[in-house]
Amino acid sequence: MTEALLPQPSEGPDFVQLLTPEGERVEHPDYSLDVTDDEVRGLYRDLVLVRRIDTEATALQRQGELGLWASLLGQEAAQVGAGRSLSEGDFAFPTYREHGVAYCKGVDPVTLLGLFRGTSQGGWDPQDHGFALYTIVIGSQTLHATGYAMGMQRDGGSGAVMAFFGDGASSQGDVNEAFVWASVFNAPVVFFCQNNQWAISEPLEKQTRIPLYQRAQGFGFPGVRVDGNDVLAVLAVTRAALARARDGDGPLLIEAYTYRMGAHTTSDDPTRYRLAAELETWKLKDPIERVKAYLSRRGAGDAEFFAAVDAESDALAAHVRAGCLALPDPDPLTMFDHVYAGGSSLLDEEREQMSTYLASFAEAAR
Amino acid sequence: MATLTMAKALNEGLRSAMERDPKVLIMGEDVGRLGGVFRVTDGLQKDFGEDRVIDTPLAESGIIGTAVGLAIRGFRPVCEIQFDGFVFPAFDQIVSQVARMHYRSAGHVKMPLTIRIPYGGGIGAVEHHSESPETYFAHTAGLKVLTCSHPADAFTMIQPAIACDDPIVFFEPKRRYWDKADVDPDVAASASCWSAEVAREGTTATLITYGPSVRTCLDAAAAAESDGQDLEVVDLRALSPIDWETVFASVRKTQHAVVVSEAPLFASLAAEIAARITEHCFYSLEAPVLRVGGASTPYPASRVEEDFLPDLDRVLDAVDRALGW
Repeated sequence: MTEALLPQPSEGPDFVQLLTPEGERVEHPDYSLDVTDDEVRGLYRDLVLVRRIDTEATALQRQGELGLWASLLGQEAAQVGAGRSLSEGDFAFPTYREHGVAYCKGVDPVTLLGLFRGTSQGGWDPQDHGFALYTIVIGSQTLHATGYAMGMQRDGGSGAVMAFFGDGASSQGDVNEAFVWASVFNAPVVFFCQNNQWAISEPLEKQTRIPLYQRAQGFGFPGVRVDGNDVLAVLAVTRAALARARDGDGPLLIEAYTYRMGAHTTSDDPTRYRLAAELETWKLKDPIERVKAYLSRRGAGDAEFFAAVDAESDALAAHVRAGCLALPDPDPLTMFDHVYAGGSSLLDEEREQMSTYLASFAEAAR
Repeated sequence: MATLTMAKALNEGLRSAMERDPKVLIMGEDVGRLGGVFRVTDGLQKDFGEDRVIDTPLAESGIIGTAVGLAIRGFRPVCEIQFDGFVFPAFDQIVSQVARMHYRSAGHVKMPLTIRIPYGGGIGAVEHHSESPETYFAHTAGLKVLTCSHPADAFTMIQPAIACDDPIVFFEPKRRYWDKADVDPDVAASASCWSAEVAREGTTATLITYGPSVRTCLDAAAAAESDGQDLEVVDLRALSPIDWETVFASVRKTQHAVVVSEAPLFASLAAEIAARITEHCFYSLEAPVLRVGGASTPYPASRVEEDFLPDLDRVLDAVDRALGW
């Protein structure tokens, strides 16, 4: 029953794939991509570095240095493909798992860690890299993305916006409202849904009875399903979608068909709700291995190249670790900072009270 | 100087704000072609265009959520929620996103939204059209809450609210939309919206109130004169943060305080006001702080709403109880 309702993607026009799991380059009638070996090597490097950021952060959580981490393991191609399609004038609205997109946008991974270590609630400036703050409430950011795109329409901006969300979020009212808004106002926003098959413990069939990309049609814009583990296909599809949006042709929904290879977060235990065999199946579709196979087969990547990328990833991991450990615990009184841009008499009073109270311990200790 | 209804005064205030700052946008249901169900935005779309006065799809979370994105882009959206009882689909965006974005971003992202909400009862409406939900928003850190009680304040308060870099929930007492008064446009420039106002000076007891209940309290004070009572009426105007010094000064003078609002009293703004007065004016008080408000029921059917809402008699009954303590 479920199988029939949710057809597994196959080769064909409904599933954009340019690089098979075996690393074989294939063509698609609607999407093509001219890439040099150098560019593919660059994408390979991105994928490896992003995975290394992720594994290091998971390790930091296990060692008690982060309170939580939301792993992107398995979704590297979806995020790097989308992230590398974004130009400088484009703006990304992430969930809390878009570490790979952040990396592509030039955000230092250490910047992301404050939220997970508990030293901040985010704290970065979205304008620095065109990368909005992580949003934890599921789907809320799709409306922000749509509004931002409406702003671009109004101030003559030439960019486009990409809204990231997942299969679980597709059930949220806000996501559906964002679809309505984007459609009605023809906003330059690309909805990029990483369908990683699981919303914590709930499989896709708890969210939908049709393939997610087909929902777009009901809202009045196109939907495309892409092999989310194929960085070339994701790059081709997102580039085309952004170009379309920038040209004033409105929104588009991309369903990047992928798999959350790890737990929902470090607090989750997926062995309680899914079979190990499923993970083994998806390991065969690993987003990094296929690029490595492709490069190797073409003679475009030798042992020296792969070793150099590995060495670079170790250095990045060391940077992430050192940066994490160096994040200072904030002074308690900073909790009152930035509640308001213009201040508040109530907060002034409470800050003063807490300050006096805390100072009383210093007095007593003297 | 012109004589305006509150609805027209708000309309003029919105117009001034839009003329002053091209980043000000108006968005909401029926705000464009129709001019809003209360005509507060009447004529603005015609004069400022569909890109600045936006008739939105009918989804409140969408109104606020897209306004967040517009604010991140540098706009200054003024969102209309058509009726108080329809704000709840947007509650998540307001509480979880609007109120926290500046905090979450450590001050990098400003949220200069103004969320206008016609509120309160007394218009004989069906369910969800007569609510007083101000406590939810006053309780939420990161929001500021204002309410006007007469046309001049409507005109003068809406403009600094829109110019403010913090998100503001601006409550408009819908049964006072058609009250008329003189409005002086020159006052607006220098007006503060954060201070409470002594709407009537008196010595016997203080009525602390806001929004639609201000007129009720002024009427009560006028009626009480014949009983020899000289009541002071404090119009809070700002519900978060509250101008406590004006409240405390009045209560220290009259030594009796009655808080009046349409919202149900349990865990309400009135409760917070009573608690603060007790803490700060304890030695001045001759009686406990009393409260007059809505019952702890859902807003009732309109044929009995006059018994739900604080009226002149219930206010004066509370004053008598306070004075007779």
